[in-house]
Amino acid sequence: MALAQIKEVVGRGVYIPGDDIDTDQIVPARYLVSVTFDGLGEALFYDARFERDGKPKQHPLNDATYKGATIVLGNANFGCGSSREHAPQAFAKAGFKAIIAESFAEIFFGNSTTLGIPCVTLNHDEIEGLARAIAAKPSLEITVDVEHLEIRAEAQVFKCQLKPSAHDALVRGEWDPIAQLIEGEPQARALSKTLPYTSW
Amino acid sequence: KSLFHKVWDAHTVRTLPDGRTQLFIGLHLIHEVTSPQAFGMMKDLQLGVAFPERTFATVDHIIPTAKQQRLRPFRDSLAEQMTVHLTDSCKQFGIRFFHEHSGAQGIVHVVGPEQGLTQPGMTVVCGDSHTSTHGALGAVAFGIGTSQVRDVLSTQTLAMAKLKVRRIEVNGRLGAGVYAKDVILHIIRTLGVNGGTGFAYEFAGTAIEAMSMEERMTLCNMSIEGGARVGYVNPDQKTFDYLRGRPFAPKDADWERAVAYWKSIASDKDASYDDVVVIKAETIPPSVTWGVNPGHVVAIDEPVPSPENVAAHDRAQIADALKYMRLEGGKPVKGEKVDVTFIGSCTNSRISDLREVAKHVRGHRVAAGVKALVVPGSQLVKEQAEKEGLDKVFTEAGFEWREPGCSMCLGMNPDKLVGTQLCASSSNRNFKGRMGSPEGRTMLMSPLMVAAAAIRGSLADAREVFGLEN
Ligand code: SF4
Repeated sequence: MALAQIKEVVGRGVYIPGDDIDTDQIVPARYLVSVTFDGLGEALFYDARFERDGKPKQHPLNDATYKGATIVLGNANFGCGSSREHAPQAFAKAGFKAIIAESFAEIFFGNSTTLGIPCVTLNHDEIEGLARAIAAKPSLEITVDVEHLEIRAEAQVFKCQLKPSAHDALVRGEWDPIAQLIEGEPQARALSKTLPYTSW
Repeated sequence: KSLFHKVWDAHTVRTLPDGRTQLFIGLHLIHEVTSPQAFGMMKDLQLGVAFPERTFATVDHIIPTAKQQRLRPFRDSLAEQMTVHLTDSCKQFGIRFFHEHSGAQGIVHVVGPEQGLTQPGMTVVCGDSHTSTHGALGAVAFGIGTSQVRDVLSTQTLAMAKLKVRRIEVNGRLGAGVYAKDVILHIIRTLGVNGGTGFAYEFAGTAIEAMSMEERMTLCNMSIEGGARVGYVNPDQKTFDYLRGRPFAPKDADWERAVAYWKSIASDKDASYDDVVVIKAETIPPSVTWGVNPGHVVAIDEPVPSPENVAAHDRAQIADALKYMRLEGGKPVKGEKVDVTFIGSCTNSRISDLREVAKHVRGHRVAAGVKALVVPGSQLVKEQAEKEGLDKVFTEAGFEWREPGCSMCLGMNPDKLVGTQLCASSSNRNFKGRMGSPEGRTMLMSPLMVAAAAIRGSLADAREVFGLEN
């Protein structure tokens, strides 16, 4: 199973402000009542974006200026809460290809990486700086250089962080580990026999 | 070495090219929400289930808790479809399923320990972030995403980077009316909702040792709300006593071998930790959340923060949380009128939770206009409670006694908030919209504090309502 090597994501950005953006906001629970991930793009931030009667609220994702953005900008502890993979799936289905934030909740980070969505971090001031640049010029082209851990937006250049294992996996095109896990299965079987509890 | 490192090393299959560990998983639990898509992916990749005997299923999130609504097919056709999907997948792959007619159905994190499936020294995963609960038995347990559910089903392994370990010692005695729930809310308040990112939490100290197994489950359950994917307590005699005689616990000659293994994986006295935090049990008050994440905690008699008095960086978030919760900064939460009260969820729906509440609510009445639910965590919990007559205590006091499931904890089944209703809840998440209404409000607290709120009709100090003294 050959996967794409994800070395770079280039696109326009949209800033979704706030610390501790949780997965219940990203995909409200009622959209989990399904046996597939289909249609999740529309569920993305639904309750933050729409009134009960479907009237759009003010939200960056409803703002026509940011339509077509493929890079999300966020603050600290992005994606906290439940383990639902529906959250990164919803970003992917809505066309997002990378997320830049101050920090990520762990399960969200892992789920996103496994889907080939790089989640890189910048510090608070850098995020705010980039957010201001996007607000001033929504058409700003942002490059998330995953390989060299750099974010470029015209004159601005930031060094970004990414867990080494995720960096490796993305750049080598091994972000979905299933092929390697299958390769290791005979070893897993052998190991299972050495665990005391497998025999009782 | 710490328990975490011992268990991690024992389950390490190999190091993957990206540096992560291929980790063997001892116990895999699945439910109807996060597994159907995994079975779908496996179908696409033509993969089977590698170790079907190591996966167990139950249905909890979408199942209605009102008896008449549990008749199949469910009124919600999508919920029905999810249940059918899980049933079929279990049949196809030979996975044991605690379905609603098994007599053992329940919330996945209640079922695992009570069946004796969760054991010390195991790796336990489930497509559910509150899998940390199982760490109470001395297992290394954590939530995973759906792609990882696929990985575990098809290889019984997953790829993961090793965590750091923080030991959180709680020493001393908890005051009257202070429970494991208050301890974990206090810890999250102190260390922050992301303070645990990258860490496994080892809970230790005399106050933790004194806790029952079920209290330890409450504690470990909410590790993830503090950002820690794993939370655990070293196994001790209480753990072994809890497990003995449970359906899937080792028996006869295996028992002694098991206990020897379990003792061997506990953290060594001289284990090293990446961080240590020490907390005095006496300083922990009965706590409630006032805001929209589990770190927004105050003591029941303490005013909520006001935006003017917090760091500039937090101002906007605090103001937004207060606005959402319709609270005024600087005022106490005590006396805030509640519409719904919920005793249940994988945090606090076990037999000891129900016993503790029942002991105190006898002779009291739920306030007029309050909808008060008690939802046992599993069919076994329900059966035991009914044997002890607890259901009568609750219904006589005006609580509704329901069938097991996740219920109000999240808006995926008929138990939901309506509009801006406020719910005093023994569950674990107070996120915006969590209980099914986009404007619904949740306040988290111990089951006894929930009961106090139900009786007063507003947030109250359980110590006052029930006359508890140190
Ligand atoms: S009770 Fe709530 S937190 Fe626990 S598994 Fe169910 S939905 Fe998740």
